[in-house]
Amino acid sequence: MQFALVVYESPEAFAARNSNQIDSYTGAWQAYYQTLIEAGVYVGGAPLQAPETGTTVRLKDGKRRVQDGPFADTKERLGGFMILELASLDAALDWAARCPAASGGAVEVRPVAPEFKRRITG
Amino acid sequence: MSENAQEGTHRTIERVARESYGRLVAYLCAQTRDVASAEDALSNALISALTTWPRDGVPHNPEAWLLTAARHSLIDHIRHQQVAVASEPTLVLLRSEPKDDPLSTEFPDERLKLLFVCAHPAIDPAMHTPLMLQTVLALDAERIAHAFLISPATMGQRLVRVKTKIRDSGIQFEIPQERELPERLDAVLEAIYAAFGIGWDDMAGVDQRGRDLAEEAIWLGRVLLELIPTEPEVCGLLALMLHCEARRRARRGEDGRYIPLSEQDSQFWSMTLIAEAERHLAAAATSGRMGRFQLEAAIQSVHAERARSGRTEWAAIALFYEQLIRISPTLGTRTGHAAAIGEANGPAAGLAVLDGIDVNDVSTYQPYWAVRAHLLQQLGRTSDAAQAFDRAIGLAEDPAVRQFLLRRRA
Repeated sequence: MQFALVVYESPEAFAARNSNQIDSYTGAWQAYYQTLIEAGVYVGGAPLQAPETGTTVRLKDGKRRVQDGPFADTKERLGGFMILELASLDAALDWAARCPAASGGAVEVRPVAPEFKRRITG
Repeated sequence: MSENAQEGTHRTIERVARESYGRLVAYLCAQTRDVASAEDALSNALISALTTWPRDGVPHNPEAWLLTAARHSLIDHIRHQQVAVASEPTLVLLRSEPKDDPLSTEFPDERLKLLFVCAHPAIDPAMHTPLMLQTVLALDAERIAHAFLISPATMGQRLVRVKTKIRDSGIQFEIPQERELPERLDAVLEAIYAAFGIGWDDMAGVDQRGRDLAEEAIWLGRVLLELIPTEPEVCGLLALMLHCEARRRARRGEDGRYIPLSEQDSQFWSMTLIAEAERHLAAAATSGRMGRFQLEAAIQSVHAERARSGRTEWAAIALFYEQLIRISPTLGTRTGHAAAIGEANGPAAGLAVLDGIDVNDVSTYQPYWAVRAHLLQQLGRTSDAAQAFDRAIGLAEDPAVRQFLLRRRA
């Protein structure tokens, strides 16, 4: 089954991305990504730009309400996501614990909803 | 009552609860087989202690007071349920209420039976440790869940489910028969060791999971030794845990940096804990029955020798690992063996041992990759080493270990 690992990171972790050198956080991510690939569990995913770059859209009475900023502003900020193919929740929790963002940030594990996906994608 | 005295009373209640909880729960549920009800009754008793003791003073025998209160709560609970036909264990319990002054009554220590129930083959092995931590040491589901990396709600549900199974499936509260004892005792030892959570304590890293339960595990080990002092493996397990615990301070630098065993400053090792570990190991040796935990403790004992001699006898460690592999050929044992051979006979020899392990078995086993990286680096195979380092870093959970490996790779 598939799990989403939703990654929340601290402002410091976002700031570390802008450094030109490979800092230890980025180095840890490189190793983590390689390990996911070699274990054959990686399905997809992407890091996201910082929350300030977000724009939120709602439709109210047929009119667009466009708001500058992310949907939810929290201390730990949505930094990216990964979809992994794994046998169980326990395996997903193991991978979440190894994620470099798990210390300093947080990683939420959510099962993908395959039934609903089938109904949408037909 | 003054604030100070009240605080003192609260501390007394905490201490009694800590020391007596397991004994009281074990005694109550050995009669009813109903762990959950016994726990509820005891927490009611503790709540009433919190209101009564500060007012009337701490009773002469606090444990007996709690037992009486818990027993009454349990009987109330059963009456309250209005069950038409009281169940047989209940009747046993009601009948067994002591006729003489309950405050002076000694009651038998049933914790060993409770430990055997917690690690019973009919119970999911994954639940052995959580069940022990809760019933014998009164840890709450949230703390246990945290250590086992699952949600508190899930841990709570699983604990409720196994307690119901104990009550309804006819698992007996008894010491196993002689012929069953070794196997049943193994399950108890395994569960305590799982709480300790350090499967591998060498250059590779420390398993983060469960580490904050180390002191609880040692407590359980001491309880078990008190209950069953003649089993060498019980001594062996306690010696092993004490040896590892002795190095706790030395494992991290002042900045939180991870320090592998071979680079630890032995001045920071606790000589008191090492001496105690050695006593238990010596006691075990007199039985002449070797076992897995004694061998693991013996390996740690060789490491501890460095505090006196200034060097590590890797050949002796490798020899103990060879014996250990015959009893318990786990990935941890085989990886440890390879690391010891690498130190004793050189990195090429160590790598040859590592190559004997099927690579499919170790795809997510972090210590294997850490040792492999270390050996390849020593052999000057830089690019192979970098790949192994990446794997070890990617699989590491402990941020300090991850940083250590990142520095080594560079």
